[in-house]
Amino acid sequence: MSNIPKDLRYAATHEWVRPEGDGVFTVGISEHAQDLLGDMVFVELPDVGDQVSTGDDIAVAESVKAASDVYAPISGEIVAVNEELEESPELVNSDSYGDGWMFKIKADDASEVENLLDADGYQASIDEE
Amino acid sequence: MSSKTGLHAKHLEAGAKMVDFFGWDMPISYGSQIEEHHAVRQDAGMFDVSHMTIVDATGSQAKDYLRYLLANDVAKLKDKGKALYSGMLNEEGGVVDDLIVYHFDDTNYRLVVNSATREKDMNWLLAKAEGFDVTITERSEFAMIAVQGPNAKEKAATLFSEAQKEAVAGMKPFFGVQAEDLFIATTGYTGEAGYEIMVPEARAQQFWQGLLDAGVKPCGLGARDTLRLEAGMNLYGQDMDESVSPLAANMGWTITWEPADRDFVGRKALEAQREQGTDKLVGLVMTDKGVLRAGQKIRTEKGEGVITSGTFSPTLGHAIAMARVPAGTENQVEVEMRKKWVTVDVVKPSFVRNGKSVL
Repeated sequence: MSNIPKDLRYAATHEWVRPEGDGVFTVGISEHAQDLLGDMVFVELPDVGDQVSTGDDIAVAESVKAASDVYAPISGEIVAVNEELEESPELVNSDSYGDGWMFKIKADDASEVENLLDADGYQASIDEE
Repeated sequence: MSSKTGLHAKHLEAGAKMVDFFGWDMPISYGSQIEEHHAVRQDAGMFDVSHMTIVDATGSQAKDYLRYLLANDVAKLKDKGKALYSGMLNEEGGVVDDLIVYHFDDTNYRLVVNSATREKDMNWLLAKAEGFDVTITERSEFAMIAVQGPNAKEKAATLFSEAQKEAVAGMKPFFGVQAEDLFIATTGYTGEAGYEIMVPEARAQQFWQGLLDAGVKPCGLGARDTLRLEAGMNLYGQDMDESVSPLAANMGWTITWEPADRDFVGRKALEAQREQGTDKLVGLVMTDKGVLRAGQKIRTEKGEGVITSGTFSPTLGHAIAMARVPAGTENQVEVEMRKKWVTVDVVKPSFVRNGKSVL
């Protein structure tokens, strides 16, 4: 059973979202997702300043096993990306909710986050897979 | 209901992630497959390969039978214990399976064939045995453990009796010897030194534990695949199958054409293929970001091709692949990756040996 922190929101496509204040949200992929993918070897991130819309494929998590698109869970502007992942993509495996974060979005509408799944909802969506 | 090897409980005990591998419940990794890969390149790792099929071929015509069955020629095997890699072909010159055959004497051989093709292989071996004085016996009472890496032999030897140590002393690559209860062979699927050891199933868990205690890291199918691909070794079902000529699968070196009057299954078709020319299997290297994957399409000046196996090479730090391309393909080809065409380099299909790049 993988770890699904209660204080985060989730997309059914396995991204997690953490509010950082001022309408900024940090995004990564869940422990369950990294476990499915296995050892990460490359992470392709969006550019700071990119305007993204909910559901856009904006990053790629590539493991030894497979390449997987990462989708924007909310609309807004990319205000930061995790450059550590360039040299150390394995952080996504070892600390998916911490040092393995991928990018930060300044939300166009912070209330959009309310539409995402909570921890129980995400657990239920995994169980259905 | 899936099959379990005699070591299944040890995999669960170690927290391995298990997957279905052609009906066998096998470990894909015990944590990080990249760490397992590095353990084999730099120290010592071990794989449960008990799912592979061990078959003895014995009888007064065992040698004649194998000279008919296999594209490589067991008559080349003079020394006791010497092993040979060969394709087993169908009449159309496609590969039924690839295997290793050990020669004990002209009436006594041991074959190791793939697990995914077990039933097909057993039927094939029995069908082709008709008319020969040979007995085909599956030896399912053995577990098999591959111990591989620069320190593998030394660590494995800590579990050997004096007689077993003596039996393997100075043993060259690609030999096998029965020493007391173990069959110990200097073979493998990683490009490193080491042993493949057949151990009676009743003793398998104890032996595996002994290797763990000696500091040998357990490795799963994930690392096994990246290691064999770096070493440029084919995977049956992926790099070749019944529809593919060994000439188009970098297995030309395993075909013994002389003497010309040796009739082996598929010989006529193979001669015609040689005459007409075939595609070839090459290596690909891409140092840019991204990973080459099986199934990706290839464009060359001579026509189209396809990647048969691709991965990220943990040793080299970039993507490598094997690809089937038209004859005459050289230097560079284009690969379709995630809707883009990317130019990559063509190399011989061998990337890493004994821990080092051979590019």
